[in-house]
Amino acid sequence: MTDMKLPPVTQIAVVSFALIVASGIWIVSHLPEHVPLGPSAILIAASALLVVTNVVLLLRVPDFEWGRFFAVAKWALLAYCVIAGMLEWVFIKDGTRGGELAVLTLSLVIFAVHVPLLMGYTVARYPETYD
Amino acid sequence: MATVAVAGTETTHAPPAIPDFEIVPKKGLPIVGLVLVGLIAAIASNKLWPVEFFHVAFGALWTAFDLFLGFVLGPILARLTIPARIEMTTRLMPKMLLIMPTIVLCTLTAGWQLGRFVGPIFSGHPDHDLIVASYVIVGVMAIVALSVLEPANVAVLVELKKPRPNPEVIQTLMRRFIYTAGITGALQVATLVIMTKLGAT
Repeated sequence: MTDMKLPPVTQIAVVSFALIVASGIWIVSHLPEHVPLGPSAILIAASALLVVTNVVLLLRVPDFEWGRFFAVAKWALLAYCVIAGMLEWVFIKDGTRGGELAVLTLSLVIFAVHVPLLMGYTVARYPETYD
Repeated sequence: MATVAVAGTETTHAPPAIPDFEIVPKKGLPIVGLVLVGLIAAIASNKLWPVEFFHVAFGALWTAFDLFLGFVLGPILARLTIPARIEMTTRLMPKMLLIMPTIVLCTLTAGWQLGRFVGPIFSGHPDHDLIVASYVIVGVMAIVALSVLEPANVAVLVELKKPRPNPEVIQTLMRRFIYTAGITGALQVATLVIMTKLGAT
């Protein structure tokens, strides 16, 4: 299909999303009582680390088609920023504040960055023309 | 170019014609905008009925789409001829790109607000465990949809826009799309069980 040797970006993204989902479930399943934020912070940090790992891995792919990556990723980023913005607004409107809000906001930021990255990668991994 | 050997002779076919299409149908964007404005108004109103309407109506659509795609349309699509599959894909997938994220966003945000009105999202409520179970199911669906289904959807459309699309790439991505639609369809059955149980208590 393609001769390009590619890093396991999708697999890493799956783990990153799973960590965010686990963190989110941990927080919302405790509300409105006080939420111990330690587990969530660890999960979010691990998820963010995986986003950075994916970016570094992609940067190291020789001749990666960044043009087509950004052509898709920029619009996906816009769409997922709208979605994340609406979710953030709902959390704020419902009175979520302090540490809980900070962790949820970070989760949304990771979500809004990693989904477009994955979409851009899935498109750019296949070459424009085939031999 | 597709080449088929028939009874010792080699017949060369032209590649299947790909109808012109927009990856993101621009005509649908105002409708999505209108739905999202409606969702914001429903949540801002702080009234039970509007959020219940958004959650039930869009949740039903989400379940129906997933079950229909996963168990009815997916298997049919897999058995169509390549030209028919391309025609179906170029007409269906761009719409799905707008429909699914909108439906999911409306269902989840309105559902969260509905849970605040009715109470099960708060720990200590008798049905809280059921709601947490639904978080896990929705979480798994989100992981599958965001990491495999949506990227495959976009990549198929971009591949079909190329001057000479690779049938192998399209087939791989479509298979991925159909399988993951089946997984989310199966998980929707579990969501239905939980939500109807919640509705009954």
